[in-house]
Amino acid sequence: MAAPTADSWSWFPALALGVSFLKCLMINSYHSTDFEVHRNWLAITHSLPVSKWYHENTSEWTLDYPPLFAWFEYGLSHVAQHFDKEMLVVQNLGYASPATVLFQRLSVIVTDVVFIFAVRECCRSVRDKSSKDQLGRPSFILAVLLLWNYGLLIVDHIHFQYNGFLCGILLLSVARHLQGRHLEGALLFAVLLNLKHIYLYIAPAYGIFLLRSYCFTKDNTYGSVRWSSLSLFRLIALGSIVISVCALSFGPFIVMGQLPQVLSRLFPFKRGLCHAYWAPNIWALYNVVDKALSVLGLRLRLLEKLPTASMTGGLVQEFQHSVLPSVSPSVTLICTLVSILPAVLSVWCRPRGARGFLRCLVICALCSFMFGWHVHEKAILMAILPLSILAVESKEDARIFLMLATTGHYSLFPLLFTEAETPSKILLLLLFTLYSITSLNNLYRGFMLNTPEVIYLLGLIALEITCEVVYPLLPWKRTLPFVPLMMKSVYCSLGVSYSFIRLYLSILRSADRTDKPKQL
Amino acid sequence: MLGSLAFVLAVNYKQMELYHSLPFFCYLLGRCFKQGLRGRGLFLLVKIGVTVLVTFALCWFPFLADPGQTAQVLHRLFPVARGLFEDKVANTWCSLNVLLKIKTILSSDTQLYLSLAATLLAVLPSSIKLLTKPTLWQFKLALVNSSLAFFLFSFQVHEKSILLPALPVCLLLSDLPLPAIWFLQTSVFSMLPLFLKDGLFVPYAVTSSAFLFYSVYLLSAPQHSSEKPSRLKPYSRLDLDRLARWTFYLSVAAMAGLSFTSVALAPPASLPDLFPLLVAVFSFLHFLGLLLYFNVVQITEPPSPRRRNPKKTE
Repeated sequence: MAAPTADSWSWFPALALGVSFLKCLMINSYHSTDFEVHRNWLAITHSLPVSKWYHENTSEWTLDYPPLFAWFEYGLSHVAQHFDKEMLVVQNLGYASPATVLFQRLSVIVTDVVFIFAVRECCRSVRDKSSKDQLGRPSFILAVLLLWNYGLLIVDHIHFQYNGFLCGILLLSVARHLQGRHLEGALLFAVLLNLKHIYLYIAPAYGIFLLRSYCFTKDNTYGSVRWSSLSLFRLIALGSIVISVCALSFGPFIVMGQLPQVLSRLFPFKRGLCHAYWAPNIWALYNVVDKALSVLGLRLRLLEKLPTASMTGGLVQEFQHSVLPSVSPSVTLICTLVSILPAVLSVWCRPRGARGFLRCLVICALCSFMFGWHVHEKAILMAILPLSILAVESKEDARIFLMLATTGHYSLFPLLFTEAETPSKILLLLLFTLYSITSLNNLYRGFMLNTPEVIYLLGLIALEITCEVVYPLLPWKRTLPFVPLMMKSVYCSLGVSYSFIRLYLSILRSADRTDKPKQL
Repeated sequence: MLGSLAFVLAVNYKQMELYHSLPFFCYLLGRCFKQGLRGRGLFLLVKIGVTVLVTFALCWFPFLADPGQTAQVLHRLFPVARGLFEDKVANTWCSLNVLLKIKTILSSDTQLYLSLAATLLAVLPSSIKLLTKPTLWQFKLALVNSSLAFFLFSFQVHEKSILLPALPVCLLLSDLPLPAIWFLQTSVFSMLPLFLKDGLFVPYAVTSSAFLFYSVYLLSAPQHSSEKPSRLKPYSRLDLDRLARWTFYLSVAAMAGLSFTSVALAPPASLPDLFPLLVAVFSFLHFLGLLLYFNVVQITEPPSPRRRNPKKTE
């Protein structure tokens, strides 16, 4: 069979088209309330004047992304009116005609073009081993791991969101930094911040890296900062880029005096510590320990009464912990800042060029996932996608990637709870996991995972069978319906914490090695 | 022997497999003849015959007790009372019906005999060639030719029966990539009215496009359409390569166009079945052309095989 050999990049369109076809086949599958959220935003931006966008609250899904995303939805709404005008009426809550579904799904698939372009840029920036085997090259493996990423397929094309578009901009900015085009990278990141403000969590990585490696043009012999080499020109260039993008985005609202309203919409702290389906982070473990201690305390007669278990009711509301101290938003913020401090400091003291920056970015994303307030499971994608780039270049990162990706992807299962999606979600996860394990094994010529890790991952299969098959047959299903979710969340948070610790150790260990620091 | 056992089981599972029965018969008979009618050839023939009869008897055992039962089973399996064709099928009778209304002109008995005669006539050349030269390559081609001929000329054919020729065509993918891909693409296109009834337009569009893209990308089909000189010797002199490629592209473009108009436009009130009919006639013309092509390929192969690796099959 004649596989194309002459053009070494011809496999890329084949991969991109293949995954786009797969996405088209998912058009009629289950979509979550996020579908209605985006339809509502299309309606708001199309039908109402700009001054009303952040005040409108007919629907419970108010506009809570920064203004640039609102402009993006406004642009989309002009195409939407050719598909079905009824979706652009604000009062049509829950409207989901076939034309609406088709339009929204196609908009995600089409905006993924940004993601595909970004992946291509990343593949070009990766250090490729020259080998005759097309399928064994790092660039090919990276393309598959990114383009066919399980998390993006599930969250974007079934659950419905625009993560591909946003992560595409993020990866493009990373690729520009890897290629040494720092001003473009900074511009892209500024645009990204104004599209979705959750990326503020990784802004420290950008800030410190650009300040240290871009603004200070020379280093001292042992890598410490040479204060005299501060290039004011570069600093001002960066600052003006960021400020002008923010001005473009927030400008109209500042002029109208609506800034406080916009900010209150963007940062709603009324929601609870954990999302309805607990993200597998530190607070999930904290909650479980608290619950266990309270039950233990009751049994041992140390507590008088059992406090209301509002956190386990699956609802998103404020609650108090019973035994351990309650956690407020400021506490989570402090924890997050404290946790990213060592990583950021290591970039400052021992800069290791663009790859050190990428590692710090992943750490910041993971820290925000572990310690953040009201973290959604989808946020794990912010860490997994950039980590894929590191995974095809270094063996240690590949091992961390395998653990984190598998656990993180598994934790997305509760998002798709309908029966029709169950075979697809399980089989796609198996496909992705098996491919990532075998391709990385081939790349580094050795088995990546050690025995405890393999046992943990096999335990995921046992967990899934227990939750889906065994548990519904038990009598506790009615009285304690949250237990499967809790078990999954706790089990996954063990895996995620383990990857987090290993990644952190790797960045601290690499900072100890005396390497020649990179100049830009 | 295992092959004939498996085939008998297949026929008893679904009688549509009879479309493939003639090539099996001719191939096995041809192999017996090749080994000489005395000694080994006859022994082989007897072995196969006994296998077939015993398997048939085992499957039909409960119904053989009463001849009335057997007749009823046969009557149900082959419903000759239903008429020459139903709905719009990409077959000769339906397409012919556009020009002259066969269903009303001829009586149902005449229709039956006409279709029987046409089918046998269409199948004859390929079967005789296979009988005289029972190699595996000839066998694959004969499977295609026979089932396609049955599809085009037989009685009460359903659109789904196009899968019966499609299966052996897949076996030809590596040797004759362009005609095989063309056939497979047309076979899916011919079922478009069925898909529209089931609301499956999007999966149809996606899977057809994906198949087309990947088959062209992986097989580089148009370039290889005349790369096997030993198979297609008569044609290597003519420059059919570019013509074939461009006709293929035009044909695919027409299929895409017709698919979209079937979904997007409403047919004129006087011709409510316009689009299914266009799909059926278009596919019929392709199938007829491909039938002729595959027959020519099979028949014009030189009689004395001088193969590099003679394969012994039993």
